[in-house]
This record gives sequence, C-alpha cells and structure tokens, in this order.
Amino acid sequence: MLIDDRVMNGQERISFMLRSLYSQHGYERYRMSKFEEYDLYSRNKDFLFSEGVITFTDTTGRLMALKPDVTLSIVKNRKDTPGSIQKLYYHENVYRVSGAADGFREQTQVGLECMGDVDDACIAEVLRLAAESLRLCSPDFVLEVSHLGILNAFVDAIAPEEKVKQAILACAGQKNLHGIRGLCRENHVADGAEDALVRLLGLYGTPRTVMPKIRELAEEYGAGEMAAQLGRAVAGFTGCDLEDRIQIDFSATGDLRYYNGIAFKGFISGIPGSVLSGGQYDKLMRKMGRKDRAIGFAVFLDMLERLTEEETTRA
Amino acid sequence: MLNIALPKGRLGEKVYAMFAKAGFECPALLEAGRKLIFDNEAAGVRYFWVKPSDVAIYVERGAADIGVAGKDILLEYRPDVYELLDLKVGKCRMAVAAPDGFRDDMNRTLRVATKFSRIARDYYTSVGRDIDIIHLNGSIEIAPILGLSDVIVDIVETGTTLRENHLSVIEEIVPISARLIANKSGFKFRTEQIERLTEGLRKEVQES
Repeated sequence: MLIDDRVMNGQERISFMLRSLYSQHGYERYRMSKFEEYDLYSRNKDFLFSEGVITFTDTTGRLMALKPDVTLSIVKNRKDTPGSIQKLYYHENVYRVSGAADGFREQTQVGLECMGDVDDACIAEVLRLAAESLRLCSPDFVLEVSHLGILNAFVDAIAPEEKVKQAILACAGQKNLHGIRGLCRENHVADGAEDALVRLLGLYGTPRTVMPKIRELAEEYGAGEMAAQLGRAVAGFTGCDLEDRIQIDFSATGDLRYYNGIAFKGFISGIPGSVLSGGQYDKLMRKMGRKDRAIGFAVFLDMLERLTEEETTRA
Repeated sequence: MLNIALPKGRLGEKVYAMFAKAGFECPALLEAGRKLIFDNEAAGVRYFWVKPSDVAIYVERGAADIGVAGKDILLEYRPDVYELLDLKVGKCRMAVAAPDGFRDDMNRTLRVATKFSRIARDYYTSVGRDIDIIHLNGSIEIAPILGLSDVIVDIVETGTTLRENHLSVIEEIVPISARLIANKSGFKFRTEQIERLTEGLRKEVQES
C-alpha cells in the first residue's frame, strides 16, 4: 500500500525524509527505551541541554529518568568496535525544560551518531548530511561550522585559569568581543593578548573567504593542523550547490569537557534558534570509558513547527 | 526589513538618536502618539518600542532581529542572543546596599531583597555566603527599612534614592550599560545589514 503523504504535517514529512536520507547513507535505525537510570544523567549533567530531569522510582526501587538526551544513552549502551564504524540514526522524544519556560516539554529529535574509527571522511560525510538535512527542511538555511580545538588553543593562550576560560568561551558564543576584552582586563591579562582571539572570532563567512586567513592565524598559535582538519571537513562543499550555505563561525561553541574538534549548528531563515546541533564528542566517549571516536548531530523537529507547509513542500 | 526592538523611555530615545546618526533614521518614531511600530522602507528598518525588560525576549524569539537591552536584563534572564556592542549609555551599577551602619552577622542567613534573583544568587554563591532571596518587583529600597530583608541587590544610578532611604552601597557587583543584541538566526541571514549598523553605532560610541 502506498502512503499518501498529504495526510502528514510538515514535521512528519520531514522526519520521514530525514530517516530515508540517513538510511540511504548506511545508517541503521537505533531504537531505545523512553527511560534510563537517573545516575547516567546525574553523572553527566553538564552535557545536557537543560537542567532538570523528570524522575520516578520503578517497580524494583531504582531511580529512573525520562530521557532528556539521546546521545548519552547510545554511548552507554553500545560497545567499542575497533577498526570499524557504527552508523546509527534515531527518531526519539526527549523531555527537557524548555528555554525560558518553567515547565518540561516533550521534544522530538531525529539525528545520527557515527562511532568508531572516525576519520576525516566520516566527519565530512556527517557535515554533508547535516547540510542535506537542513536543505530538506528549507532551501534558505545556513550551516555554521567551527573547530573547538582551535578556539581552545586561542583561549588557552590568554587564560590558563578554568573559571576565566569558561567566561571567555561564553562570550565567544555570544560574539561578545567587548566582554572578552573586559574579562582580560579584570583578570590582569597583558594588554593585547586577546587580540588574536578577537580576530579569530571576527573571521566568519564562507570557507572560501575565511579559510586562508584562519590557516594563517592558526599557524601562529600552533593550531595549524587543526585548521587543516577544519579545511578538510568543509572541502567537500567547494564548488557544490551548498557551498554558499556553509559558514565558518567560531561562535558555534560547545562544552569543552565533552566536545572536541568540529562543532556545528544549523539555522533556517524565519526560525529564531538553531534547528540542528552537532559535533565531535570524543571527550564524552573517554569520560564514559569508551575508546571509539564519535561525531553526530540532532535535528530539533519541534523548532520546525513555524515553517509553513508551503516551505516544507518547496524544500 | 531589519526589525529593531528599542526600550521605551529616555534610554530608548537616546539610543534611537545613535541609530539615526548611524544612518538608520525613522523620524516618525519621535512623533507624539500611542503608535508602537514605525517603518522606514527606504532605510530598510522597522522600529518598535517595547518594555525595557522585554527587549531580550523579542530578540531571542526572533520577533526582532536586533534590539537594545541593559546588561542587567542579559545577566538575569540569559537570553540566547549575540551581544554585539556595549553602547556605553544608560550606565549604572548592580550593587548590594544596606541600611547605614549595617554589619553582616555571618552566623545568620542573609536576607536579600531584589528584582534580580539570579544575579544576587550568583554573586553570593561566588563569595560563599548563605542567603535567603526575597523576590520583589519594585520599591526594593523599603525592604530593609521594614525589616523584610537585611540588604538589597539593585541597580544604582546616582545613589539619591538610596541616600533618601538611609541606605548605602556596601558592595558593587557589576557595571551595567545598554548593549546591542541580535537574534542568532537573524544574524546569519541579515549579516551585512546588521554589521553595517553595528559599525555605524561603534563609531557613534567612539565619538561620544
């Protein structure tokens, strides 16, 4: 029986298109329980998007939680596979405190995780799938890509103290350059020591326009190889019809205790926040006793509610 | 069209003058009346007046591409926005004030009256002091006078209101001024226009 897709709303249509896209690229569906032991989240609470987890005691007396995150469950429940790659996708609901709202909300995510011997080719493929995912939602999108290793190297050079470093990284995520300069003066960092970081954060645009300057600047700070890795990650977009939709932007940050390397966020015109978020999370893997490398992303389907039916059909 | 949320009141008018000088005029904005939304298609801008504490919400939720909000509001509500420029107007400070002659008794929980619960909690956490927050929405200065609180955490501009109520600043928490903020998504799709505006305002700030 053929399914008449006119009976689906925009989000449902997009979720099936995304699943089809990931499946075509060799990703297998990963299904999971709605619950996990609360301990998993209490040990990794900084990794979660929002504070607060819905908990309950199950019939055996264990404290359980309604999943606030998918990646943690996958990392916990899969085993290392040396010498190979595990490619998984999911379509799941998570339960989080939503932004400024006081209450919990059920949110739907479709996303993928690539774990194992993740190399440049895997990273490039995941970035490509992130861009294709956004294009399936709307033709008017931007995928911003950064490299947390480069950002970390520049911040380390001026602020060895963890508290100051975190404050500077928060400013970087807000493009708050005056805030970075203010923090440096308050913490007696030498005048001008932050100039290179400010220059790095000011370099945003398509890879073609900014990568040469980033390579040059990164070389000076011993981050040349990481700049080369960033270049290789986005090289596949050169000359293709998605090229102008990719922007290098170091304000796409993440928690450096969990994430490393390439990080990215996706935006769609007319939707106020990011609709896609992802990156490499090798540090989370180590924290959870895993040896594999990993990269993944999630598309936040709830954010797409504001897209009109016309836009999703056009995409 | 670039949607700009400005805070109603004296600060908003001062900030609009900076936007106008930077080439983003909309003369109808200053006409008397109850209208709240003003367009200037030639300049590619639409302004609207909103309550100062709501500007960040309009920008975060994408109803406005950019706006001007006090650093106090950004610290208290932590909206997910870009903070592009310190406009260096509307300068004041977030401070702890107490009745003249106040001495902190470290054996007791400190009762703190404030509109800015998060800023107060963050500050006292950073200094390791146990506090009881009393959230109020206005007339914070009378809380210690009536015995409702020991101290207050509030914005201090000239200090006149404090003096008239026999209070004085005992700790400064953070300097405050108006900031240019932008919606993260809007910035990606209107980069050139927002950058042009930011640069124009940066010149205004440097010249003033």
